[in-house]
Amino acid sequence: MAGKSAAKKSSGSAGRKGAPAKKSAPAKKAAAEKKAASADKSPAELRRYADAPVNKAMSKSDKRKAFVDMVRIRKFEQAALQSYQKGKMGGFLHLYIGQEATAIGTCALLGDHDHIITAYRDHGHALAVGMTMNECMAELFGKYTGCSKGKGGSMHFFAPEKRYWGGHGIVGGQTPLGLGIAYALKYKGLQGCCICFLGDGAVNQGPFHESLNLAGLWDLPMIYVIENNRYSMGTSQDRSSVYPEGGLAQRAEAYRIDWDTAHGENLYEVRAKTAQAIERAHKKSRPTVLEIATYRYYGHSIADANHQKYRTKEEILEYQRNRDPIMVWQRILKEEGVLTEDEAKEIETEARNEAKDAIRFADESPFPPESEILTDVYHSVDNPGSHTNQGKIFFNDRLPWE
Amino acid sequence: MALITYRQALKDAFSEEIERDENVFIMGEEVAQYNGAYKVTEGLWEKYGDKRLVDAPISEAGFIGLGIGAAMMGLRPVIEMMFFSFVYVAWDQAVNNASSLRYMSGGLMNVPLVIRGPANGGTNVGATHSHTPENLVANFPGLKCVVPVTAADAKGLMKSSIRDNDPVFFMESTLLYGEESKVPEDPDFLIPLGKADVKREGTDLSIIAHGRSVLVALAAAKELKKKHNIDAEVVDLRSIRPLDEEAIIKSVKKTNRALLVEENKPYCGIGSQISHLIQRRAFDYLDAPVHRISAVDAPAIYSPPLEKVQLPEAKVIVREALDMQNVKA
Repeated sequence: MAGKSAAKKSSGSAGRKGAPAKKSAPAKKAAAEKKAASADKSPAELRRYADAPVNKAMSKSDKRKAFVDMVRIRKFEQAALQSYQKGKMGGFLHLYIGQEATAIGTCALLGDHDHIITAYRDHGHALAVGMTMNECMAELFGKYTGCSKGKGGSMHFFAPEKRYWGGHGIVGGQTPLGLGIAYALKYKGLQGCCICFLGDGAVNQGPFHESLNLAGLWDLPMIYVIENNRYSMGTSQDRSSVYPEGGLAQRAEAYRIDWDTAHGENLYEVRAKTAQAIERAHKKSRPTVLEIATYRYYGHSIADANHQKYRTKEEILEYQRNRDPIMVWQRILKEEGVLTEDEAKEIETEARNEAKDAIRFADESPFPPESEILTDVYHSVDNPGSHTNQGKIFFNDRLPWE
Repeated sequence: MALITYRQALKDAFSEEIERDENVFIMGEEVAQYNGAYKVTEGLWEKYGDKRLVDAPISEAGFIGLGIGAAMMGLRPVIEMMFFSFVYVAWDQAVNNASSLRYMSGGLMNVPLVIRGPANGGTNVGATHSHTPENLVANFPGLKCVVPVTAADAKGLMKSSIRDNDPVFFMESTLLYGEESKVPEDPDFLIPLGKADVKREGTDLSIIAHGRSVLVALAAAKELKKKHNIDAEVVDLRSIRPLDEEAIIKSVKKTNRALLVEENKPYCGIGSQISHLIQRRAFDYLDAPVHRISAVDAPAIYSPPLEKVQLPEAKVIVREALDMQNVKA
């Protein structure tokens, strides 16, 4: 597949100027104002991508489900935050609140041979591919009933049977892994793709660029979705990234990879742009970089107490009031007569209750037994007789519980 | 049994495993059209084509990560490092990801990956190209590490490594590629990971080594016998993780003396671990303190005559062995 015939000419750039435009300092305020306010947009503007084939094909129930799924992510995250503050979990907690339309807009389009992999802000994608609140919450609590038996934690959710390959803690580290998934699909002759999510901070990591070059060089069905929430931890985009006119995604041009941008508060737009990328992957086996402009309401993690210092309260409020993805979708659905105010409230209550139940489940679940520290390290240890290994593989003189 | 080189043994292992399993492919810098920087994959691209032999650009983090991702999906990539020293630019992928993905997913996935290539000094290429990182790798639970010295061991262990469902770091030596030994021709000739091999029987002293140091130890043992009538046993670890502790203990209980030899640096080297093991499990059997010989504790020096001195030499092994005999006397 690769080798001597690999360096095929790219299908060319189809880059378009989209949501995030370069902001020089004086123009910044004006740009922010211009960009703001989906709430101010006319229904026609909000429905600009409603007629994209992938959206036209949505039934009323699909649309309602998308709303339910986004609300479920938000309620899960809010419940996780409360539990974190009560000391129910350790480590970090990176919340997805504010970014819901990205996970739901992309993951709902996955076919049988389409896979995803993401970074450490991974709860939204997990719920989007159908992982249960129970297994996710239990993982946060470090319980045996968690999706990774309590061995991974917040940043490391996995569900390979749902083609969800994590949940990766090192910024940009998942991008070569995602590439390997796309490589394997092509190797096996399957028509599929790998959607690899990354943050705007990850675009400055070397492995991401190595991955881009290989994806472009070897025609791999790879979709990089940059979830641009404008801050790499506490460092704003202006202070961290050279920003091309068209957006971070435009860096793809250097690798002859097609790119696009989308407003992350508009589910229709996220779906429309993702569908184009999936089609390109499936039909041409070509990669795409898709940058989605979004925002997180909370800090980088809950430990990020400074998040109202490196950005203003007004900035956060502006997004919450005008560009909240759930609110925007609700508005669209109301205009379309798909969802009433009362129905929306009912959905929220149900999701809140589901999250409460997940907390109860996690609370009541047992911690893994001590012996679990030593399982799942090696396949050969967990599956004796299936291999030719001998000798000693763990080197503890005496275990703490012996 | 055929008398073949270490290089040929590896190549045969690749051919046989590529033919046996359609999921096996080899990727790395210059492995295909160039025939391998050290000719270990010579002729394989011509025979098996682009799908099974893949030339990668100089992007170790990119293609090791790719290998891990492909392994998660059930392929069995064999990733060549032109020099094992190059793995350092891909450290996050090679150790952080390869070692912990199975664990962090609670056993939901595997990484059946081989990362292989020469890891040795002695070729005057300076400090950046001369690492023997088996101790670093062995420090990561989730990884396996093998260091074969003979052609037969190289073949049997490579075949086992490719069939293994865990990530295996397979460390070779450019100085061994041309060494010949007899190798079984059975296509299912496998050497288990974690099985040491006594390369020379002896009664007076156990020299425990791995990799090219085994050959140096054998040369020293020959001289010890000839000039001093000391019968040294040479235990070749072959595999660092898993480790054949029983073979080590058995030999030390028999000879009551242990001399550890490795090309690695001394601090937190493999010898440190073996030494701990011996004092823990054979304390009462020791007639002398455990001695060890490593590379002289500095970055690899370029100057050819000095690099020779920096690495374990037979005469130093002999000196140390005699010193240990004196302790007894």
